[in-house]
Amino acid sequence: MYNDKVLDIFANPKNVGEIKDADGVGTVGNASCGDIMQVYLKIDREKGIITDAKFKTFGCAAAIASSSVATEMVKGKTIEEALKIRNADVVETLEGLPPQKIHCSVLAEEAIAEAIKDYQKKVSGK
Amino acid sequence: MKVYLDNSATTAVDKEVLDAMLPYFCEIYGNPSSLHAFGRNAQKAVDEARAKIASILGAKASEIYFTSGATESNNWALKGAIRASKNAKKHMITSAIEHPAIMDTCHELEKEGVEVTYIKVNHEGIVNPEDIRAAIREDTVLISIMTANNEMGAIQPIAEIGKIARDEGILFHTDAVQAIESQPINVDNMNIDMLSLSAHKFHGPKGIGILYIRSGVRLDKLIHGGHQERRQRAGTTNTPLIVGMAKALEICARDRDRNNRHMSELRDYFIDRVLNEVPYSYLNGGREKRLPNNVNMSFGFIEGESILMTLDLKGIAVSSGSACSSGSLEPSHVILALGVREELAHSSIRFSLGRDTTKEEIDYTIETLKETVDRLRGMSPLFNVEKGTGSYV
Ligand code: FES
Repeated sequence: MYNDKVLDIFANPKNVGEIKDADGVGTVGNASCGDIMQVYLKIDREKGIITDAKFKTFGCAAAIASSSVATEMVKGKTIEEALKIRNADVVETLEGLPPQKIHCSVLAEEAIAEAIKDYQKKVSGK
Repeated sequence: MKVYLDNSATTAVDKEVLDAMLPYFCEIYGNPSSLHAFGRNAQKAVDEARAKIASILGAKASEIYFTSGATESNNWALKGAIRASKNAKKHMITSAIEHPAIMDTCHELEKEGVEVTYIKVNHEGIVNPEDIRAAIREDTVLISIMTANNEMGAIQPIAEIGKIARDEGILFHTDAVQAIESQPINVDNMNIDMLSLSAHKFHGPKGIGILYIRSGVRLDKLIHGGHQERRQRAGTTNTPLIVGMAKALEICARDRDRNNRHMSELRDYFIDRVLNEVPYSYLNGGREKRLPNNVNMSFGFIEGESILMTLDLKGIAVSSGSACSSGSLEPSHVILALGVREELAHSSIRFSLGRDTTKEEIDYTIETLKETVDRLRGMSPLFNVEKGTGSYV
């Protein structure tokens, strides 16, 4: 049911891990489905550009592939640009996901948004 | 290396079975219901197959009905028995760990006003026959308990349950699909009134099965049409698949002891090694009263579908009880029924061995599993690789 692109990214995901001194961390999860996605962002505060992104995910192959794709997408983007990333963009890069797996790509969109929110809270708190 | 450890999903057709079937596609292709020689020759093969299957189960040939498989058989047994009952109110008893072919049928019957009691199992996945006795009511029509569970292999005390049903004058059905390969069954000794089988679970073809119906038991029909199967189940008789199923059952019964010894040795070796070598690994279900080919384990802090898919990348086929692999939101109702916590149910993997599984394949699977678990724990937000520990909070 997964296409080759999804399998390929699942087999060799990019950006796995944590960023110890991350500027923003977002954790989202769907307890009923048993999946948790955590995104770490390194952000250049002056330029407002995301310089690095990593993830840790407890979930299915689609969730792991979506995490990889989403963290790749945000790198080099401004915060505004990153916030515009939709799960449909992730699905497109994956060349499609089975219908019951679409919510896994939604998690990726939400995790990025959460991480940015976390960053903005820190910045405005200063 | 390619390793198939999903024999509880389906098995390869035995070469001998295939050879037995082949003449009935292009040579002896007549319709067994026809009066001419083409038909009569096919009918002869069907009669022989029916007699062979009956004798292996300790039944009479006239009690064997061919169906499209156990899903149909289960539907027929439950709906047929309930609808044939004259009771004003109708109640049936089943277990909390049945296959969807029973579960979903029960839910359908509930819509018709039937009350269903789902008997819980202990942490090893076994139904207590006394719980069944206690659930019996005035209006209980039917008890349906699987012979052995498909997910975690728990073998149920069918003979005892059959005895209770017989004493109380209640019909007893068992879904023996997963059990038949390794468990000898005699419908008389076990007081079974109805029994479902699918050929493809014991190296026969897909799309064929039986419902055994004890003579004297009345069921409403499920499939209406022609006069086949003594007017009880319509549809053109599937000669090649019936012949194949009988052959497969014959081989299965003939080689059962040897295959059981082989598979249970590998199963125990597998379980022992994984429990010893993979931290946070847990066996689902008990070690006694377990099908010789079933290993079902959970691996903490990682999710089952991603385990399945990683093993698949290495050529190993397994199945998972995680919600993510089923397309539903709930993890396996069977693993949850054991009292396993949800997070661990999400990480459960079934390795179902076959009679042809080798030690080399098991060793390769264990090594690959260890790499897989490490890889996924490295990605898991719940696991700390440096400390080698995890937490769900
Ligand atoms: S993480 Fe559960 S379906 Fe994708």
